[in-house]
Amino acid sequence: MTDGATNDGQRFDRLPSTADDREVVGRATRSEVIEWWVDRFGLPADTFEGYTFWEKGAGKIWIFAGDVPSPTDVEGLGMTFLRTRQEHWKPTTNAVQRFGREATRNVLVLDPDEAVRFLAGEDLEPAWDGDWGYLIVAHEIAGGVEPIGVGLYVHDELRSVIPKGRRASLAPPE
Amino acid sequence: MTPLERYESLVDDVEAFRAACDRPLPSVVRVNTIKATVERVREALDEEGITYDPADWHPGVLRLPEDSPGRNWPHAHGWIHGQEEVSNLPALVLDPQPGDRVWDACAAPGSKTTQLAALMEDSGVLVGNDNNLGRLSALRHNAERLGVTNLVVTNQDARNFSLKPLGEGQEGGVNAFDAALVDAPCSCEGTIRKNPDAFDTWSLDHVHSVAGVQKGILRRAIQATRPGGTVVYSTCTFAPEENEAVLDHVLDAEPCRIVDFDAPLDGVPGVTEWEGEEYDPSVEKALRIYPHHNDTGGFFCAKLEVAE
Repeated sequence: MTDGATNDGQRFDRLPSTADDREVVGRATRSEVIEWWVDRFGLPADTFEGYTFWEKGAGKIWIFAGDVPSPTDVEGLGMTFLRTRQEHWKPTTNAVQRFGREATRNVLVLDPDEAVRFLAGEDLEPAWDGDWGYLIVAHEIAGGVEPIGVGLYVHDELRSVIPKGRRASLAPPE
Repeated sequence: MTPLERYESLVDDVEAFRAACDRPLPSVVRVNTIKATVERVREALDEEGITYDPADWHPGVLRLPEDSPGRNWPHAHGWIHGQEEVSNLPALVLDPQPGDRVWDACAAPGSKTTQLAALMEDSGVLVGNDNNLGRLSALRHNAERLGVTNLVVTNQDARNFSLKPLGEGQEGGVNAFDAALVDAPCSCEGTIRKNPDAFDTWSLDHVHSVAGVQKGILRRAIQATRPGGTVVYSTCTFAPEENEAVLDHVLDAEPCRIVDFDAPLDGVPGVTEWEGEEYDPSVEKALRIYPHHNDTGGFFCAKLEVAE
């Protein structure tokens, strides 16, 4: 480990594979990131095989289907995936929509009316006796359960953390 | 003279051309196969009671005669993306394969870029570049909503695009692309049905200055693509200065040729002369689409192959 190495918020650095390869203090490792997703949501262990993981901006983790030499100075590399700056890691809405369909744990399935309100950004009090923290919030559509986004469940309340740009007001289903 | 009158001598049916240009365009969405199948999208639209009409030339292109594309569940899930019917063409002509390394030189706001990602099955490396930093946020927003993970976003002048940030010359870096799309900035007369103010900023000086930019971008795309690779050039203008003349210039300047392609939409061949200028005969392999041909916007598309 190199003493004093810090994150450079202007470029993308590939995550170290494991803690032994870590050079920037506090940077999440590839195995920690995959383990968090697989453990928290019960995803198949091979879900993220072939993807590379990158940090740009402290604690902001990106997932990229390809690979390029690290570091790289570009504007975007794949998709924002996970925020690791706070004690509780937070998946992004877009990552949950992209990878959350296979989730088997910590998935809260809303009824149709609740789903519309959640998408609009409303906080809800749905029936849930599972873990607190960040959940995949989903609903049934076209013959399957589909993730809508991320909700924060605390004190018997589900807070919608769908970013403003992804919220929408839909007419309630008839 | 309006910009459209300038092109009437090129058009096969002037009355139909004028009439089509005056009609507004319907809302059209493309099914995003990264996140959903065509069947599931249709089922979801049925559940919401939203009327749709699949384009006869592509099952993943749906016209929504009564709905705006942004207020329904399939949109919220990133299963569909509002994209004009004719603008689905260039990515299909480029036909990138999974695992390819592909450059979209003028990518923002990203409709064609995200379509390329879907055709690549969200694998390989897709580089979406735009010189306008403000427009890159729209590109990134659309790509993330549609679940694209194979996209590298860059902010360069495409005319002297550098592969250095992609690790050119390093192990695992990108030294050349397998394919490139140049969907060039243009004078946009073909979008008049969508943007009624498209003519407000039109001028012949602008046509000539943007043609210079187009030549520079297409030349760089040929240079950055491997021998045997494919480059598609497209615009939404009718101006031969921005279409056939650009191809003619690049044929002289770079080792490449124009090739035939099977077009799923009706159109007419490129023109070989305009206002006293003569172009290479192979520009006839390009496709001009006028609004009355398929009841879409106007479009121009050519497929080039880089010499081995």
